[in-house]
Amino acid sequence: MLEVIQDNWDLLRHGFVGTLKLTVVCGIVSLLLGTLIAACRVSPVPPLRWFGTAYVNLFRNTPLTLIFFAVALGFPKLRFNLSYFEFAVIALSTYTAAFICEAIRSGINTVPIGQAEAARSLGMSFTQSLSQIVLPQAGRAAVPPIGSLLIAMVRNSAIASAFNVTELMGTSAEMVENGYKSLWVLLWIAVGYLIITLSMSAALAALEKKLAVVR
Amino acid sequence: MSREASVLFDVPGPKARRRNLIIGVVGSLGLAAFLVFVIVRFNDTGQFESAKWDPFQYSGVQQFIFDGLKATLKAFALAAVFSILLGAFLAAGRLSDHRIVRWASTTFVTFFRAMPLLVLIFMLYLVPGSQGWWKWDPMWPLVVGLTIYNGTVQAENIRAGILAVPKGQSEAAYALGMRKTQVMTMILVPQGIRTMLPTIISQIVVTLKDTSLGFLITYPELLAAAKLIGGYQDYNMPFIPVTIIVGTIYVAMCMILSAFATWLERRLRTSRKGKPPAVVPPTQAELSRDNVAIV
Repeated sequence: MLEVIQDNWDLLRHGFVGTLKLTVVCGIVSLLLGTLIAACRVSPVPPLRWFGTAYVNLFRNTPLTLIFFAVALGFPKLRFNLSYFEFAVIALSTYTAAFICEAIRSGINTVPIGQAEAARSLGMSFTQSLSQIVLPQAGRAAVPPIGSLLIAMVRNSAIASAFNVTELMGTSAEMVENGYKSLWVLLWIAVGYLIITLSMSAALAALEKKLAVVR
Repeated sequence: MSREASVLFDVPGPKARRRNLIIGVVGSLGLAAFLVFVIVRFNDTGQFESAKWDPFQYSGVQQFIFDGLKATLKAFALAAVFSILLGAFLAAGRLSDHRIVRWASTTFVTFFRAMPLLVLIFMLYLVPGSQGWWKWDPMWPLVVGLTIYNGTVQAENIRAGILAVPKGQSEAAYALGMRKTQVMTMILVPQGIRTMLPTIISQIVVTLKDTSLGFLITYPELLAAAKLIGGYQDYNMPFIPVTIIVGTIYVAMCMILSAFATWLERRLRTSRKGKPPAVVPPTQAELSRDNVAIV
């Protein structure tokens, strides 16, 4: 069982780094996109709100495999030629962004309207009330769900292996072809994912503890 | 809603309304431009040619998509039922009084929730064959994988629902002399089911979406049918049309289930504070009866 790691150390490391790269890039892109769509969803402008709602409803109800399928196999047919890594980033980020948007929106919804009213009646300007009263509270409420979404995104990134992206799960095919027992290959790959997801959970728990306030 | 205040903005005055109108128009134009760009690109690459859409009138192709849909729904139905059963079992284990049972179910739940579902499905698909243990149809690795993963999530949903029932309920039941099983089945589950049902159904939507992973282990479900039809030379390789059709089927199924979950959540929430029972004030005769103890 150990020779799987010893013999394929470079391949596994390559895959592990690929997954980390995918995680970081998709994490950033989906956070930005999710925030943008959340801003649309809660904005006072009706067309933007409709767009946000439609986006969230569409992408939350689409299987991620289907998005990967449409992006990685469909885009080249529409003459959008990008690398497979970029396709994976598009697929994973558009999907995750829909969930992040909802996490941010429900975070904002946890702030009672009285908070904003009180801030305004204390003479705070609109920007002050938003940046010092509303968003800090909303952000605190949104951090735990966003954290679990990002962890789920790492697990979902395994799907990219089926669409020619160099990442952890994708290394399994090569090792199995080279005659290594699939049991040990997949167990070690699972360990690789567990390292990423469990350390993210630990970081999230620490962050939550830091943000917690005694009420 | 634009006329109401929220925590994020005040009621818009005339100036803000004008600004919002401008943003709305510009935003709509931007979206429309994007849509036009997509349609032009579809047209340029010949996605609207009738040759690419004709095959979907053939009963053979329709039957093929229908068979894929049936395979998807079969795996989904099995996985949904089994995952709720497993979830109930694991939730009972996590709420058990015995430390070993509690510990074992917590470990199971933590481990399988942290592992990518795809790795689990591939393990179930590849390992029994390569180790020479047993051979099975690719549907079973998919169903078992979905059951294990979604079962752990459902366990958490069920547990959360049961823990959401006020503590006084179980205390009162124990005080009445009920056993633990009775408290669970007669008091906690019937009340907890209100809180847990919407989340259970939302997780069933996830189960439905994840059946598409079967495509990666050669289970002939909807997406696999789409890939096969899309690559068919005789039909002009209608990849984009078939993706649109199959995508619509998936999205429609999931949206119906999600809408059901939302509806149920709203309904259960409003009925919690239903009308209080009508109180009939006691009549003078009843009050003055001798056996009424007036404290």
